[in-house]
Amino acid sequence: MSTIYFTKEHEWVKVNASTAVCGISDHAAHELGDVTFVELPAVGKQVKQNEVLAAIESVKAASDIYAPVSGKVVKVNSELEDAPEKVNESAEDAAWMVELELADAAELSALMTKDQYDEYLKSL
Amino acid sequence: MSEHNLQVTPLNEQHRALGALMAPFGGWDMPIQYEGIIAEHRWCRQQAALFDICHMGEFLFKGDLVAAGLENLFTFSVTAIPVGRSKYGFLLNEQGGIIDDLIVFRMADDQVMIVVNAATAPNDFNVIQSRLSGGTFTDITAQTAKLDLQGPKSREVLVDLLGGWVAEIPYFRFVQQTVLGAPAMVSRTGYTGELGYEIFLPAEKVVELWNTLLVDPRVKPAGLGARDVLRLEVGYSLYGSDIDATTTPLEADLGMFVHMDKQFVGKQALLQQQGQQLKKVRVAFKVSSRRTPRHGFAIFDNEQQIGEVTSGVFSPMLGCGIGLGYVEPAYAAPGTALTIRQDRSVMEAAVCSTPFYTEGSVRR
Repeated sequence: MSTIYFTKEHEWVKVNASTAVCGISDHAAHELGDVTFVELPAVGKQVKQNEVLAAIESVKAASDIYAPVSGKVVKVNSELEDAPEKVNESAEDAAWMVELELADAAELSALMTKDQYDEYLKSL
Repeated sequence: MSEHNLQVTPLNEQHRALGALMAPFGGWDMPIQYEGIIAEHRWCRQQAALFDICHMGEFLFKGDLVAAGLENLFTFSVTAIPVGRSKYGFLLNEQGGIIDDLIVFRMADDQVMIVVNAATAPNDFNVIQSRLSGGTFTDITAQTAKLDLQGPKSREVLVDLLGGWVAEIPYFRFVQQTVLGAPAMVSRTGYTGELGYEIFLPAEKVVELWNTLLVDPRVKPAGLGARDVLRLEVGYSLYGSDIDATTTPLEADLGMFVHMDKQFVGKQALLQQQGQQLKKVRVAFKVSSRRTPRHGFAIFDNEQQIGEVTSGVFSPMLGCGIGLGYVEPAYAAPGTALTIRQDRSVMEAAVCSTPFYTEGSVRR
């Protein structure tokens, strides 16, 4: 059973042992509107927490997606390159973006739980 | 302009009830999207989309067109427009810069309606009035509502609602008729590249017409977000983005709407410009990926900046980014490779002809 965490920048990460799958939240996808482009990192790339991990464009805006945790990119959801609209349909599940090999589980303490993130959204 | 000063159309409550995302546009509080920009865009290309365009300005002139000087106001001849037809063109300043792009409707021998952009309407009115001598010139924006019904199904929708006469209106012609018991004008014009109509009617009737049209299952509301994608896919310029008082119709590649065989303010500047190499010229381009070029992005040839993007969207019909921009004339030939840069984003693009999307039903 994996645990989901969120960042203030509206990324999510689901952690299961040393595997960390990342994406953007339903809230972020809704705010962006129709997603038209997703740029994913190369497999094998090392990223640090809060560094740029991916990029996303919608009919309204372009934005960077930051790594919720540090690690090595082991898999990307390349389906999104041809069908970025999946982000609008299932941001927190089918439209996962990157799977990282978790470098340091202690970094998770800087993130929000689902309940904390929901509270955070109310405060925006 | 602060949000407190925003003007509202008679349909503001309807937009809010439909859950529209509202934003300021040209000084007005306007619906940007309802269901979603791409869904609304697709509906317009396949069915019939309904747009609230009440923000645009309408002016009425009555009198002797020639004696009042109306003939010399625009880049085309007003008296050459037969009654029942309309024409697109420009109001220019002395330097040949575009004060506005507009459509003139010839209502009668001695009467025209001028339809202008929302943000520019107050200044347009003052400029036109200052150049007229005689006749009566009135700003009728507040009492005039405008709904655009655009899409391949728009004709059958209006025929069912208003009558068979709608089907007889050719492109850039209009009919003055009674709609919902009120004097109205139905014009076969639009800003989407699809078969479509612009309906002008008294402001107090527009809620009823809006609600009546939305009962039809072929009709869905569409916002300014979809309208921007639709107009750019067919290469239409947006005033304030692609053209403004610092660009001439020649630079904007819109010379076909300028009749150099007649007098108009700005003609001397254009004649002079015709004899010289232009400093910049408007081009259309396609991006080689799904990336979106946006207003203000720089256009490069290798390491040298040669221009700037003025409009850009992701085109759902083409499946790639498309845009308009200005470049040095040496880079304007179709096929020329351009690089578009903004921060970390780099897009490869190629100059192309317009319309980008050629399958529209506009002349069907």
